[in-house]
Amino acid sequence: MSGDSAASSPGRTGARAERSVGRKTSGSKTSGSRWGPFLEGGLLQGGVQGSPVLRLFMRWVRRPLLPVMRLWRRNIQLKVVVTTLLMSLGVVLLLGFVVMGQVRNGLLEAKVKASQSQATGGFAVAKQNAEETASGTVDDATTEDGRPAQNVIEWMSDLVSSLSSGGQGAFDVVTLPVGDDTGGGRGPRASGYVDPFASVPEELRERVDASTAVAQSYTRIIYSTGKESQSALVIGKQVDDPNRDPYQLYYLFPLTQEEKSLSLVMGTLATAGLFVVVLLGAIAWLVVRQVVTPVRMAAGIAERLSAGRLQERMKVTGEDDIARLGEAFNKMAQNLQLKIQQLEDLSRMQRRFVSDVSHELRTPLTTVRMAADVIHEARQDFDPVTARSAELLADQLDRFESLLADLLEISRFDAGAAALEAEPIDLREVVRRVVSGAEPLAERKGTHIRVVGDQQPVVAEADARRVERVLRNLVVNAVEHGEGKDVVVRLAAAGGAVAVSVRDYGVGLKPGEATRVFSRFWRADPARARTTGGTGLGLSIALEDARLHGGWLQAWGEPGGGSQFRLTLPRTADEPLRGSPIPLEPKDSRRHRGLDDAGLPHGGGEKTATVPAQPMGEQGPPMSIAPRLAAVAPTADPTALPGNGARVVPRPASGTRRQDDPPASDGRRGVSSDRAEAGSPDVEQQGEAFRGR
Amino acid sequence: MMSFMKGRVLVVDDDTALAEMLGIVLRGEGFEPSFVADGDKALAAFRETKPDLVLLDLMLPGRDGIEVCRLIRAESGVPIVMLTAKSDTVDVVVGLESGADDYIVKPFKPKELVARIRARLRRSEEPAPEQLAIGDLVIDVAGHSVKRDGQSIALTPLEFDLLVALARKPWQVFTREVLLEQVWGYRHAADTRLVNVHVQRLRSKVEKDPERPEIVVTVRGVGYKAGPS
Repeated sequence: MSGDSAASSPGRTGARAERSVGRKTSGSKTSGSRWGPFLEGGLLQGGVQGSPVLRLFMRWVRRPLLPVMRLWRRNIQLKVVVTTLLMSLGVVLLLGFVVMGQVRNGLLEAKVKASQSQATGGFAVAKQNAEETASGTVDDATTEDGRPAQNVIEWMSDLVSSLSSGGQGAFDVVTLPVGDDTGGGRGPRASGYVDPFASVPEELRERVDASTAVAQSYTRIIYSTGKESQSALVIGKQVDDPNRDPYQLYYLFPLTQEEKSLSLVMGTLATAGLFVVVLLGAIAWLVVRQVVTPVRMAAGIAERLSAGRLQERMKVTGEDDIARLGEAFNKMAQNLQLKIQQLEDLSRMQRRFVSDVSHELRTPLTTVRMAADVIHEARQDFDPVTARSAELLADQLDRFESLLADLLEISRFDAGAAALEAEPIDLREVVRRVVSGAEPLAERKGTHIRVVGDQQPVVAEADARRVERVLRNLVVNAVEHGEGKDVVVRLAAAGGAVAVSVRDYGVGLKPGEATRVFSRFWRADPARARTTGGTGLGLSIALEDARLHGGWLQAWGEPGGGSQFRLTLPRTADEPLRGSPIPLEPKDSRRHRGLDDAGLPHGGGEKTATVPAQPMGEQGPPMSIAPRLAAVAPTADPTALPGNGARVVPRPASGTRRQDDPPASDGRRGVSSDRAEAGSPDVEQQGEAFRGR
Repeated sequence: MMSFMKGRVLVVDDDTALAEMLGIVLRGEGFEPSFVADGDKALAAFRETKPDLVLLDLMLPGRDGIEVCRLIRAESGVPIVMLTAKSDTVDVVVGLESGADDYIVKPFKPKELVARIRARLRRSEEPAPEQLAIGDLVIDVAGHSVKRDGQSIALTPLEFDLLVALARKPWQVFTREVLLEQVWGYRHAADTRLVNVHVQRLRSKVEKDPERPEIVVTVRGVGYKAGPS
């Protein structure tokens, strides 16, 4: 649907601006695609496509992250340093785990071996002790009945204290009954205030119960005195007491020493690892800085160069790659400066030449002009041939003069010597002057010039002389090619732009002519007599004037349906244009009316009210245009702004638009039908536009 | 022919053909032209002939037109109309700033030239006695004098006309186009830089602080008006 964006191609700036508009809108459509690689990877993808609430939440989460993201994307130094930190951290952690495992294994293995031999010895002693006691008390058992039990209790207590006395705090001894059998006074016993039940894990007790083999496990020793618990190795075995009843004997070896050693090693490793990571980070920072600093310097200087400070150079030290970069950069800048200097010199010479030629040509021309006028004034006294010659002389001098003036003006633009003298002006004033100036010509042609949209001031920072020249050109052209029909000058302002369009209902433009009209010395019909005597440079100069303002001058037209020229200027001189308040293709174009007619059967009730039916073949009479123009005038609504003429083409009713589109494309395909003719310029213009770009 | 048409016009131009043609046209319109072709001799010729108006070509051998313009302006308020082949901004503005009242771009039509000259000479008509006040200035229109606290301020005839036009209607904001018509006598829109330059020149003479004008006030986007008296 971007048919008439075509005509933006004459204004190079215009085309560029409109393209950026397109990019902008498409960008907003796929919002988040920019952050996609960073955020949408996993869980965010669901969020973006999910419900609006979720999306809102994602946006809320994302917002504080944006500056960090930007820094991340823009700062290579940060990227390298962070990557180095993360990777070295990983390496250090891996190394730490391996080393810690080795040390731990080594320490424990020694401890376990020593403990096992100690425990085995202890079990043997207990067993021997029990056998000795048993053999010594056989006689007593037979003589006295109550003795043995008490005997065992005492024996057991003695055993525990004797066994543990060998340890000197290096281990503790615990005895526990087998199963839940606590009868016969064989309650738990422990040395060194160890809580026997709590310190020996249940699982180990079951294992010891189940077999007579030695079993071992790690545990924590719980003290009944409230002393801090400590991890330990516990080794247990089922042993018989003097009565040949089994009981459990455990050796508990605290691992305090080993833990201390281990934590010392770990602490040392962690400290060293941290240092290594931080140092690596710092090294990475320094190294990257060495590379990045010159790159940043180059970027900064390149920016300054492009801003016009051509004498900027990089500082070059040494002979390394960075220095080579600097040298190459400086060489480039040098050449650039040289070329620009040459171009500037050329431009200055050209300007000087133009100025000199201007003076040298104009002085004799003034004399000729005055002489011709004197002769022309006195032509009544001459014979008819001489009198007619005097007339021709005066007329052609006029033409010669305006041609010379236009040529000099164009060459001034080409030399870049044209300067903008912008100040806030009310375009209504300019339009008024232009219209009153064109009035005599319009009367001769039988044309009525109407101005629409001049109820409110249309103020913009512009060069009044140039804008007036552009508008005079457009209005005079419209009157000349308007075939006596109305010419409508429309003003509008919206957002950062103001626009003046000049609409005529004359011969119009053939497909592709919308861009060619701005070419120098271009004529719509070479065979046509040059009655009006334009120089053929008017629109080229107008286009240059519009460009100088940072504005657009665009044309639209259809064969037999008239044409519209639109001048769009930014409200302030240095503001880029983003759209025009007036659509380039007028609402009463044949295509639009074609759309309207096609839309009617589908039921656009209100459209019939605002758009009276128009005769298709002949151009609508002025009376029927008037009411619709009044309706068109408020196209200056802000919503119409962010786009080019194509996008802001007013649509009668949004609901019927989709239904309207197909007839238009149908029309383009069929070449013979009347409507197709209306549609085809668009297709052509589009192609033209791309070529133009 | 009216009486004020017997103006003496000094034509300063090095192009003999153009000077001769100017002479033919000016004589035909009832002026008394005299000629000088050299910038160095221009000032002496000016003192000798005491013209009512100077037609000055900007490109001259010897002293250039700008310099001649400045010298003449230094000793006289006589109207100066520049002839220039360059309508470029800088040349015109420099010319106007050096004291020219008006300029006309080559090639021009004889009628155009005569109209410009007449517009500049028009003020030799006797004005009615009139006293005007603008800001703290008192203007005696007939006596052609402007006074602040009894001290008279020297203005060129054009600057005086500009001030009088503003002072006559202190309630009105004058667009540059209106001033061009009333003061310069342009019937169609012309170069508004004429107004800008001359307002600056006028301000430099009548304002206490030209940076903060109180007599000739700029109405942004519209034009100028007289300051409150």
